[in-house]
Order: sequence, then structure tokens, then C-alpha cells
Amino acid sequence: MVDAEAIRSWLSLFAAEVARNRDLLTRLDAAIGDADHGANLDRGTSAAVSALAGDAALSPRTLLKTMGMTLVSSVGGASGPLYGSLFLRMAGSAGGADSLDAPAFAAALRAGLDGVVARGRAQAGDKTMYDALSPACDALDHAVAAGNDLGHALSLATAAADAGRNATIPMLARKGRASYLGERSVGHQDPGATSVALLISTAARALSGDVSQ
Amino acid sequence: MKKLINDPANVLSESLLGVDAAHPELRVDHEHKVIFRGDAPRPGKVGLVSGGGSGHEPLHGGFVGHGMLDAAACGEVFTSPVPDQITAATNGVDGGAGVLHIVKNYTGDVMNFEMAAEMAGATGGAEVVAVVTDDDVAVQDSLYTVGRRGVGVTVLVEKIAGAAAEAERSLSDVAAVARRVNAAGRSMGLALTSCTVPAAGKPTFDLPDDQIEVGIGIHGEPGRTRVPLAPAAEMARMLVDPILDDLEFSGDGVLAFVNGMGGTPLIELYLMYHEVDRLLAKAGVTVTRSLVGSYITSLDMAGCSVTLLKLDDEMLRLWDAPVRTPALRWGL
Ligand SMILES: Nc1ncnc2c1ncn2[C@@H]1O[C@H](COP(=O)(O)OP(=O)(O)O)[C@@H](O)[C@H]1O
Ligand SMILES: [Mg+2]
Repeated sequence: MVDAEAIRSWLSLFAAEVARNRDLLTRLDAAIGDADHGANLDRGTSAAVSALAGDAALSPRTLLKTMGMTLVSSVGGASGPLYGSLFLRMAGSAGGADSLDAPAFAAALRAGLDGVVARGRAQAGDKTMYDALSPACDALDHAVAAGNDLGHALSLATAAADAGRNATIPMLARKGRASYLGERSVGHQDPGATSVALLISTAARALSGDVSQ
Repeated sequence: MKKLINDPANVLSESLLGVDAAHPELRVDHEHKVIFRGDAPRPGKVGLVSGGGSGHEPLHGGFVGHGMLDAAACGEVFTSPVPDQITAATNGVDGGAGVLHIVKNYTGDVMNFEMAAEMAGATGGAEVVAVVTDDDVAVQDSLYTVGRRGVGVTVLVEKIAGAAAEAERSLSDVAAVARRVNAAGRSMGLALTSCTVPAAGKPTFDLPDDQIEVGIGIHGEPGRTRVPLAPAAEMARMLVDPILDDLEFSGDGVLAFVNGMGGTPLIELYLMYHEVDRLLAKAGVTVTRSLVGSYITSLDMAGCSVTLLKLDDEMLRLWDAPVRTPALRWGL
């Protein structure tokens, strides 16, 4: 079961990975955007880690909500509202439960995806974070419905997110700054899809141990 | 990287300390990184709020003052402000007549301003109307993507809508004027060099000495195409032709705006203005107003953009109205 402690360790692991990959994310954004995705996200996730540390609250919902609010109020750019909406919708979906089982976690992540779409209106193939997040949600739903435990389901979701991230390379961008480049956006990996792949792989690492079948 | 900075992390906050010290007529909210007119909010006047990533100075903070903006929300370098900043700006200029948000068309800016407006709506705050600028003809196939970027015309929208607000026109009137200006303006830019974002420490893209990027935005994004460096007369054509192809400019008087990207001296901008002016004369376009200088920049990028605006009588009158801001001032 994913309880508050598990969520807390996921979010701090994600923050650590963002910090470690800050330069990579910024370099990817320099190629097809404005060279700030790593700096933006790192600013937000480090602020969120401090906010979460001071948050004695013990439900997944409050932690996810603090994460979302902190990202909205500290990231800026496109990724602030998008990641913010992702976590705020996850918080809404988590409701008042003390812990989430595999179907509830999968439902929460899908709610997060819906939040990203509601805010950014991206579709499959637009070369955005959607292209990593949506296959991850599909894989997670599928694996959970087939009766896999959350740890295994999240490892399948990680593979799907990684594949989705890689699949952004040949895409022609239709959303975000990269779309201004037209044909020149082809051949570059999307920074937002890259950070989403970190989000899913850290979920797999942080949440698998906490699963009771 | 050689820059006049102390620590890349503090560039914006330390620069705002300088704005505060240099301009006693303005008020700086350092917590939210918002620059206000000293006398905001003005009862009965529509409040004008703009904002965006920093690094485009004097846009937007340099345009706060009489006859232009009431507040500018300053995001991190090249990163839109967050909703909290925009909300602080909105509340601080709400004089009861509503607030106009002037937003450049970038995904991040649009989403953060939208969230701030939703929050104002949900908490019974000021009535907010947003006008999005999208004048960059370099963005093709814009119907299928996120649309054109907001660039040079934003300066002209802020001046002209600012004059309408100063005349105590209603929120819907001021918004309508702002939309008209945006619809009648087109821009195109080119870069001779990349720019260096302080936090990144190195140029955003590599551009060989003998190449230029055509169709750039204002964030060091690569442009549409890379071509060999050419004489100014030819580079002027690369900017003016796509604009004239996009909108009919003959007939009305036109405001011609040659803008520096931050690293180009005024002597070159005037040389370019001459080339632009010649091309416009040849195309039968009558220039009745001009603006030459670095007003919407991309840090230390060398290069320029051209913006043309078809002026109707009302826009012309509002353009000529008095303005007193750090970066634009006349008639007062
Ligand atoms: N409309 C959208 N929907 C989903 N994701 C988007 C959208 N627009 C941009 N993105 C994502 O945001 C990322 C860029 O984030 P960031 O660099 O932080 O913001 P900005 O583009 O404002 O500088 C892109 O790589 C892309 O994945
Ligand atoms: Mg970016």
C-alpha cells in the first residue's frame, strides 16, 4: 500500500533525480526550447522537498497537494502549471485515504494525466510530457488490471515511459516552445518527457517496497 | 561567461534592488518580484498588468508608469512568472475598474496568467480580462500548433492600451484597443549571436561567425532557418518581406519599430532603420511614426527585430499621448 511515507520518499527521490539530471534537462531544452527546464523543475522540486519536510500531515492527499501547490508557485514556465496540475489532480483522486492500493494509485496517476491535458491540451504525438506520461498510465492500468502488484506494474510503467520519452525524438513538436522550430524540432528528445520518465522510474523505486499484495 | 553579476542565482532579485533604488517613483514588491507604479492602485482606472520571464528588459518593468503599465510581474530569466506573482500584481493595481492582463503568447505565460485569473475569479477578486499578443510571422503553420509568439507588438500594445486606461476608458474598451493593436501588428527577428542565460553559463546555441539565425524569438530559441551573414540591406529584406507578405500595410499610416535584441548598438539599429524605411517606401508603405532602440530584448543577444503596426486615428492619438516610464517618456 502507498501510504504518506511512501509518497514522501517518492517525491524526495524524484527531487533528487531532477537535481542530478538538471543539466541534462536544461541541455535538452536548449536544443528545442529556452534552456531552462532543468533549472525550473529543480527550483520547484527543491522547494517542495523543504515544504514537505515541514508538513507533518500524514495522508497522501495532503502531501500531493503540497507538492502541486509548491510547484505551481515556484516553477513558472509551462512545466509549473503542468506538473502542478498533475499533483493537484492526484491529490484530488487520492481523497481522504490513509493509503492507496495499486488500483487507487493507478487511478490517481491517470487523474494527474487528465490534469495535464486539461491545462495544456496536448495530444499523443505533440512531442510533450504527455507522450511519456500517457503510455505510462496505460501500462500501469493494464498491469494492475491483470493483477500485478504495484511494484511490478510500476516497472512496466517505467519501461513504457522510457519508450515514450525515446519516441519523442523523431516527433515534430506541435505544443510548447519547440513547436516554433517546425521541422528543426525533429531529432531531439523532449525535455518534459524526459523529466516525466524520471517521475515514473522514481515511483517504481520508491513505491515497490511498500506494496503488500 | 562574463557578466556583471554576483551570483547567477540572484540576478533577478539583485537587479530589482537596483530598479527600486534608481526609481523612487516606482514601488517594488521584492517578495513577489513585482514592479508597481508608485501611485497604484488608482481608483476608477483600469489596472494594466503585464509580466513574463526576465531578460527582456526594459520589457516589462521599464514600462511601468504614467500612461503605460500599472504593474509588471517579473519571472525568473526567460521563465514566466508564477500565479502568486501575477495575483499580487493584479490585487495591487485593482482600483475597482477591473484589470487587464497583457500576455505574450507562450504556453507557460498563458497557463500561469490563466491560473492567476481563475484564482481571482474564485476568490471574488478584480474582474480580469486577458489580451494575448501573437505577432511573430516567423512562426508558420500556426493554426496547427500553439500559434504565433508575442514579440515586438507587445511594447506597442502596452503603450497604446496604457494611454486608453490613463484616459479612464472602461475595461472592455481598453481590452478592445489592445486587441486591435495586436491584430494590426506583425514582427520578425534575426540573431547575429546567441545569448547566455546566467544560470546556464554558456551560450544557448552555437552560431558560427559567418552565419545568422532568422526567425528567432526572444528566448535564445533557435530560429526557423540559418543563413550566411549578409549586408544589412539584405538582412532588412529578410525581416520586412515576410511581414509585408503576411498583412497589407499600404493605405494607413504605419508605425515602424526597429528593436535591438540587447547586444546590438544603436548605431547599427539606425542603419537598419534606414534600410527598413527604404524597403517600406519602395513597397508603398507610409511610415508616420517610428521607434528605434532596444525595448524587448533577449539578454545579450546581438540582432534585431522589425515590427510594423498599421495605425488608425485612435491608435495614433493614444501612441502620441503622454507617457512617463523608465524606458519610454514623452509629452510630460
Ligand atoms: N501544452 C503542453 N502540454 C503538455 N506538455 C507541454 C505543453 N507545452 C509544453 N509542455 C512540456 O513542457 C516542457 C518545457 O518545460 P519548461 O522548459 O519548464 O517550460 P517553458 O517551455 O515555458 O520554458 C516541454 O518539454 C514539454 O514536455
Ligand atoms: Mg523551457
